[in-house]
Order: sequence, then structure tokens, then C-alpha cells
Amino acid sequence: MPLLWLRVAVVFYAVGLLYALALLHRRSEYFSREIILPCVGLGMVFHFVSLVEAAMLEHLSLASVHHSESLFAFLIMFGFMVVRVKYKTTSPGIFIFPLVFLLTFASAIAQRPPELNSPVLRSGWVFAHIALIFTGYAALFLSFVASLLYLVQANNLKSKLKNPTDGGFFSRLPALEVIDEIGYRALVLGFPFMTLGLVTGAVLAQQKFGSMYFVDPKVTLSLLMWVVYVVLLYTRWNSGWRGRRAAYLATVAFLTAIGAWAANYFSGVHRFIAP
Amino acid sequence: MNFLLTGVNHKSAPVNVRERFAIPEKRLPEAVQRFAEHPGIEEALIVSTCNRVEFVARTTNGTADLHGFLAEYFQMSRTEFENYLYDYREDEAIRHIFRVASSLDSMVVGEPQILGQVKEAYAVARAVGAVHSQLDALFTRSFAVAKKVRNETAIGTSAVSVASVAVDLAKKIFGSLAGRHVYMVGAGKMIELAARHLLAHGAGSIFVANRTHERARALAAKFNGQAIRFEELYDTVDKADIVITSTGAPHAIFRREHGEKFLKQRRNRPMFFIDIAVPRDVDPAMNELDGIFVYDIDDLQQVVSANLADRSQEARRAQQLIDEEVERFTARLQTLDVVPTIVSLQEQLETIRQAEIDRVRGRLGNLTPEQEMAVEALSRGIINKIMHTPITTLKTAARQSEAASVVDLIRRIFNLRDSRAAAACDSKSDQGADS
Repeated sequence: MPLLWLRVAVVFYAVGLLYALALLHRRSEYFSREIILPCVGLGMVFHFVSLVEAAMLEHLSLASVHHSESLFAFLIMFGFMVVRVKYKTTSPGIFIFPLVFLLTFASAIAQRPPELNSPVLRSGWVFAHIALIFTGYAALFLSFVASLLYLVQANNLKSKLKNPTDGGFFSRLPALEVIDEIGYRALVLGFPFMTLGLVTGAVLAQQKFGSMYFVDPKVTLSLLMWVVYVVLLYTRWNSGWRGRRAAYLATVAFLTAIGAWAANYFSGVHRFIAP
Repeated sequence: MNFLLTGVNHKSAPVNVRERFAIPEKRLPEAVQRFAEHPGIEEALIVSTCNRVEFVARTTNGTADLHGFLAEYFQMSRTEFENYLYDYREDEAIRHIFRVASSLDSMVVGEPQILGQVKEAYAVARAVGAVHSQLDALFTRSFAVAKKVRNETAIGTSAVSVASVAVDLAKKIFGSLAGRHVYMVGAGKMIELAARHLLAHGAGSIFVANRTHERARALAAKFNGQAIRFEELYDTVDKADIVITSTGAPHAIFRREHGEKFLKQRRNRPMFFIDIAVPRDVDPAMNELDGIFVYDIDDLQQVVSANLADRSQEARRAQQLIDEEVERFTARLQTLDVVPTIVSLQEQLETIRQAEIDRVRGRLGNLTPEQEMAVEALSRGIINKIMHTPITTLKTAARQSEAASVVDLIRRIFNLRDSRAAAACDSKSDQGADS
């Protein structure tokens, strides 16, 4: 059943994807209000049901790639909706919808997730570790999207060719300072989650593997990502970095995050599936 | 008529060309005077604003080398600027002036400042005696036409103006303008208008810096703002989120290195420079800095060009109105031309003379050729004496702005009603209705 709900959700998210593709060309204000938001909203409901059912029936094993993809997508959508309510903008959708669609799609077409047999995964601590980390990832992604939008908007303003009131994509992008605030808040909110997630992970690994876990590529990459995250926050607080420089940093942070995630395949600590 | 016009505007030339033609207020009287003294020119007027410079002349015989004057006055070679100039003559020149005064030719169609600027240019030219008869009539008429266009079309009602475009852009950068600081550098009309708009949209405090501190104080008092000495400009501007500048400085007053300093002091919070001065006050290189957005007057124009389309219908109506006015005015100008009146006066009296001679011819019986000649000479002498004063009056009137009323009076006294006279009466009564 969870897989069915997820598949329904994917269909709704596909509408969002189409919207993201159409966004650049059309005056899509009406389209966005009347069709897209209800669609992705419904998608989220089904998505949520799917996650809850999975948790109840199958002891939501987040360490499974498919479940984690699904959870990650849901958290990103949640962030999108928060931004939508607070700042009245759907512009981040242009980057968010395609990613969410891809993640849920990959998760939905999957075979049954491989059985994970490591007993350590049954512990609530692991669940907390993963949920925290993913919330951090989602916040980081949102901040990354905001810095991309910031670049687009700054570029629009600098090129001076577009009319700010003509109803096109440019005119519907939020103000530069608003985009900046979205990115910054996402970053600040995500930081404690990310930190706590890493700390719980470290504690768990310490218990199981002793101090050897440090040389693991996944752990190193995660640490690197956390350092970039701190640098992002520091440059922001200290010298107010934003715009191009902040966007570069956010890109680096996001890439290391992807790297850390992908490192599951090389990691000894994170490979729970028995060969 | 012999009107000639040459000029540059925001459509014909980019801002870096226009700024070379701009004539500062202080030097305008002298420039107009020199223009009027240029060979072949009877009357002259110069309109110089940040978007246009217009050189208008009435010539003695229909030709004068206006470009030659420009080359001489601005000390440029003709090849440097001729591509950017437009030239109009006669009807076309009249139409252009009507369009300019009615704000149809403005960067922001319908903006109200231009009429005031044309009026000022007219006042300057009048004060130095460069405008006295036909140009006087032309510009006086253009003010009435502008008023008519404003009243009868919606061209001026739409809120689009440089100022409101600036507000839209500021909102695109800052979101809400609440609590944003606005810094005005200079104290002109345009800058005041822009500041008023920003305040109306919630901008917070206002700072004013101006070279003459008194004017800064007066303006600051108007907006409940704070006047700042011009010397302290660079140390205080970084407080502002939005800087509107319009000084008469010949060079940029804000350069890239200033921008870098401001950003550092502001810890990279963005800044928006609205530069409505020509020549520009802000070095375009500032726009390359991350976090500083510079819009000069040309950029603002580009932004409003889309809005222009929405108003094209009203613009067409206004254009129609102007075409009618041009026709009327040229008809009226022809009556200013006294020669036709003199001719028809002569014809009229000649007809009367002939008729009277024919009438008494029978009663005189047979006359010798000498007697015949004497009668002719007598009657001619009488009409010539009668005509003498009206004709000299007409000729003197032609050199003054009262020509129209004198022509009209004489035509009425001698009953010289023809089509031209009818046109003259028509335009007279119309003028009465306007004022």
C-alpha cells in the first residue's frame, strides 16, 4: 500500500514538474494558483500517508535508499510549502519540483526495498539520526535553491532588460532581499538539525565501531560538509556574504552533501546490507 | 514660417552622447543668445533637459546651418554627432514641439515635468530677446496644446513615470520599502518627485545632501528628513539603501571604489542607485559590483518601454489632436504673414476705384486723353494715400507678436474676407476658449 500512495503522489508531483518547465515561458500566475498548488498539495497528502503507512507496516527503515529518498523529497516539499505560506512565492518550485519528482519517482518504481538485517537499525537513535540529517539536507537544499534564485534575480536586475511589472517570471520572483532571507533562514534552521544528526551518528558509531569509524569516507565527507556549512554561516554573520560568493559556497556545501550521501556505497560504517 | 529644428533625445542618442549636448541652466541664456546671433537666424530657443536637447530657430529665408552652430558651440566635429541628430522643418518642426510639450515624445510618455521645462526654456529665450514673434506664438500655442492633450486624453493620468518605475525596481530589490533609508543627492524637481513616490510606498527616513546646503535644508524640512553637508556625503551615503542622485556635476561623483567602500561598511547589504542626472553621477562600473544596482535614466526608459505599449491607444488619440493643432497653427501663421493682406488690400481698393470710375464715366462725357489720365491719377492718388498708413502699420506689426490682431483688424475694417481671414478668426476664437 505505501508504494501505491507514493505512486499517486508522483503523478501529482509530475504536474508540478510540468509547471517548473513551463514557468520560464509563460505568464503562469493563474496556472500556479489554481492548478499547481492544489496538485502538489494533494501529492504531499498522499506522500505523507505513504510515509506513515510505511513506518507502521514495515518499521520505516530509513536506511533503505528508497525510503530515505521519499522522506527527503517530503521534507523538501514541506520546506517549499512553508516558504509558500510565509513569503507567498512559488518560485523555488522551479528547482524543487524537478528534484522532488525525480526522488519520488525513483523511490516509487523501486522493487521492494532490500531487507536490512543489521540489528542496530532497529534502534530509535538511528531513526533520529537519519531524520535529523535529512531535515538538515532539506534545509541545505532549500538554501541552495534560494541562492540560485538570488543569482537569477540579481542578474535580471543588473541586465536591466526586463520590466519588473510585466507579469513574467522575473516579475514574480520575490524581491532580492526576500530571497536572501529565505536562504538565510533555511540555513540557520537547518544547522541545529544537521549538527545534532551528525552528533547522534558519531555517538552511535563510537558505540559500535570504536574510534576507527573516522577514516570512513562517508564520515569524512559528512564532516567536510559540516565544515562548509559552518563557513557559510560564518561568512554570512561576519561579513554579510550573499549573492555570487554565497551561492558558490552553498553549491560546494550541497555537492559535498550529495557526496556524503552517495558515499553510502563505499562506506563500511553505513553498509548494513549483508553481502 | 521658416522654422528649423535640430536636436537629440533619448531615442536618437544614448546617454553618453546626450550628456555632451546638455547645457547647464546657468549657461543657457548665453547659449540661446549665441544661437540667435548665428548667421541666418532670426529667432532662437533651446530646450535642454536630461532626456533631450532641442535647438529651435526661425530663419530669415528658410535655411541656416544649425549643425554648424552645434559644431562651433560644443567644439565637436560634425561627423561626431550628426548621426545622433534629427532635423525637422516647418510643419514637422511645429509638430515636434507640440509633441514634446505634450509629453508624447518623452521617455516616459505623459510625464508632467517636460511642460515646465519647455516653459522655462521659453522664459529664458524671451528674457534674452531671442524669441519675439513667430517662435513666441509657436511656443505659447504649444502650451495650450499640451494642456488640451492633458485634459482630453488619458495620457497623463496613468501613474507611470520615472519615479514610479524607480519604486517598482526598489521593491524588486528590497521587497517592502518600510524602514528603508533614502538618500537624495541634489535637490531638483525630479529627485523630489522620486522621493515623494518612495515615501508614499513606505520608505523610512530621508537624507538630503546638496552643494548649496540651504536648499538641502529646505528640501529635508519638506520631507521631515535630515540635511547633510555635501562634504560629508561619502561618509554618510552607506547608511542609505536607496540613493537618488541628480546633481549638475560634470563627472561621476560615485565611482567603483566608493561602491566597494560602501559595501564593506554595509556588510554587503544591497544598495540601489537611481541616477537621473545627465551627465551621469554614478559611474556605470558600479553596477558590476555584487550587491549594487545602478539604474541611469536610459535604463529606466528601457524598463518603461513595455508600459508604453499599453498607452499607445491614448498616444494615438493625442497624436490626432496634435495633427489638428498643427494644421490650425500653420493656417494662423499664414495670417501672420502680412504680404497677402497687403495684396488683398490693394486689390480691394483697386476694385472700388474701378467701380467708381465706371459709375461716373458716363456722366463725364467725352474726355481728352489728358483728362482721362488726370482722373486715373486722381483716383489712384486717393487710394494710395488711404492705403499708406495701414500698409506701414502692417509692416511694423509683422515684426512684433501683435501681427495677428493687426492683420485681423485691418481685414475687418476693409472687409477683406477670404479663406485665410476665416482661418484667422477661427483660431482666434479657439484661443479665447482655451484661456
